[in-house]
Amino acid sequence: MSTAEATLVEVAAAPLVVESLVKRFGIVTAVDGISLELRAGECFGLLGPNGAGKSTLIRAVAGRVIPDSGRVAVFGFAAGSRQARAALGWVPQELALYPRLSARENLRSFGRYNGMRGKELEDSVAWCLHWASLQDRAGELTRNLSGGMKRRLNMAAGLIHHPRFVLLDEPTVGVDPQSRNRIFEMIEALRAQGMTIIYTTHYMEEAERLCDRIAIVDRGRIIALDAKEGLVRASFGERSQMVARFAGPADAVRAWVESRGGRMKEATAEFSADRPSEIGALLEAASAAGFELVDVSLRRPNLESVFLHLTGRELRD
Amino acid sequence: MILPIFRTAMTALRRDRAALALSFILPISFFAIFAIIFGSNRTSTPKVSLIVVDEDRSPASRDLVAGLEREESLNVRTAPPARKGAPVPQPYTAATAEAAVKAGDVSVALIIPQGFGAHPISFGPNAAGTQIEMLNDASDNIAPQMVSGLLQKAAMTSMPLDLAEQGMKYTEEYIGAFTPEQRKRMADNLDDLRQILDGRAADPGSSQGFDGLIRVEQRAVVGENKNNPMVSFYAAAIGVMFLLFTASGSAGSLLDESENGTLDRVLSSHINMTGLLAGKLLFNTLLAFVQLTVMYLFAWAVFKVDFFSHIPGFAVMGVCTALAVAAFGMLLASVCHTRAQLGALSTLLILTMSAIGGSMFPRVLMSDALKRAGLWTINAWAIDGFTKVFWYDQPVSTLWPQVTVLLSAAVALFAIARRLARRWEFA
Repeated sequence: MSTAEATLVEVAAAPLVVESLVKRFGIVTAVDGISLELRAGECFGLLGPNGAGKSTLIRAVAGRVIPDSGRVAVFGFAAGSRQARAALGWVPQELALYPRLSARENLRSFGRYNGMRGKELEDSVAWCLHWASLQDRAGELTRNLSGGMKRRLNMAAGLIHHPRFVLLDEPTVGVDPQSRNRIFEMIEALRAQGMTIIYTTHYMEEAERLCDRIAIVDRGRIIALDAKEGLVRASFGERSQMVARFAGPADAVRAWVESRGGRMKEATAEFSADRPSEIGALLEAASAAGFELVDVSLRRPNLESVFLHLTGRELRD
Repeated sequence: MILPIFRTAMTALRRDRAALALSFILPISFFAIFAIIFGSNRTSTPKVSLIVVDEDRSPASRDLVAGLEREESLNVRTAPPARKGAPVPQPYTAATAEAAVKAGDVSVALIIPQGFGAHPISFGPNAAGTQIEMLNDASDNIAPQMVSGLLQKAAMTSMPLDLAEQGMKYTEEYIGAFTPEQRKRMADNLDDLRQILDGRAADPGSSQGFDGLIRVEQRAVVGENKNNPMVSFYAAAIGVMFLLFTASGSAGSLLDESENGTLDRVLSSHINMTGLLAGKLLFNTLLAFVQLTVMYLFAWAVFKVDFFSHIPGFAVMGVCTALAVAAFGMLLASVCHTRAQLGALSTLLILTMSAIGGSMFPRVLMSDALKRAGLWTINAWAIDGFTKVFWYDQPVSTLWPQVTVLLSAAVALFAIARRLARRWEFA
């Protein structure tokens, strides 16, 4: 393929196309027939519990996993190809940095690994340090940086070569709320630049805040894919969730709640309600069964509710 | 794409000051200890390879050669070993025997000169026996003593006075008494002999006036002007052993990078696994070469090893050795899955290789089986090469066997390491 043809392919192609991807590790099927296509400039969330297959999918996109079957294309080029690697930035879940190098030296190293030299490299290092708010700590050894700073540097190292599509694999793991907010701001800055992003997390609030579309992944499959509102609507329609706590023997409460079509989540009972008026009837039934109501509230279902609804399991097992 | 990897590794090493210091201080410390302990004293009694040149070809010289060949602790050669398919080699001459000692093939050669058969035995203070010439390598001070002792074995060199007195006694007993004049002359002779033996007791190194039944003139043909033969040996021996340790430790950075995800990130850039390994090989080779250089400079400064006269040979052997040990380190890192595994395996392999390869004890003092086993180690070939350079003063061209083996080993080890590293390339 000539350079001009390659450029045309790149311009025309979607940032990512995954078709029927299957990856097995021994008897474990980590990715089980996933297909998806990303739109240019969108932030795409991969939401699922640990072990759901998110990281394997990400590694397949980065070209670091050979699929057993299926196809992955980045801007029309096979994952792992030189063109795909040039267009892609990968921020792994681990702090993939050289601890005995400074923040600036780490960025320079990864820039050089991506073929950058001279002014282009130095400009890019300066941009990354600014983006990650690490200008003041640029000369600090990486091992001496705080956890949040390391996370930000880890992200910056994935963007040193100006990719157009970035994979963020749980970038907020192990950071404090303040650092998490800083990371959100960094990601929002990327979104504002039109960067295409895949964001994996098992924190639903992060996916709700950052992502245009969300794929819920469980046991190697995408079990739902839509914008947040679409996911909630598909699972719950216009229904709300009633959350109540009852006083009484736990086993008896659980048996009664399940007999009424609800679920117990720790000491809390959750019911789906089409209309607010259903609450009165439910409370009367509880009283008739001998359970005293402690408190009750009505709320719109969220992504966690969707996940629970779809899988019957908590998001963070 | 190789240089960035090299540069990163160099910066990382500079930051790890403890590792940096250890990689230079430890080998020097061990080298100094070994050089001091073994530099002047060696006490083992190995089987000695000996070249015998019989220029006399008399019954007496043939008996002597046969007697030496019967000695179990001697490996007597009268001609170079026959090679398969090649013509039967000519027996050694004085010149070829001397060349063999100079080349380090054997430590000792005996030249039995023409006329030996006419006067084989020298007895008494004014003995006129023909001298056998013993050529030796001064780096081995055990072998000449063994050969010398075995040569005199049948001649009872320790009892000349007793032999003489007993001889007089039995002569008077069975033949008749000596005249006063005969008795005086015999007494004078015995006094002379007693004085000589008393003098030898006071100075055990002296052989004045009495050299045993067979007279031997010893001449060092290698290393006569060198300071301490064992120092240059241990510079190479200890140096190579620690290069192996350093190389395996440094190559272990692959495991760290694999564990913390850096390897994945690097491999998702423009660098492929071959470039990554080659960059690390280059760095580890340079590190090993600098270590060797520092070691020899230390040997030059402290133990007077003549470093600056041997720079071409050192450079050739240094580069080949550094490359081989670096490739060995890469292989170990590729085989292991964790640092702990690497630590255990490298310690085991390196100490074993060092033991049989001559880093801890000279291979010349080992059994033939161990010597052969040693040829499977980097240590043996590296030490042989450095010994050729620093002890035998041989030109660079003679290093071709060591260079060939070390470079081949480097290529083979790196190729295997590359093959094993496929596990890091893709899951």
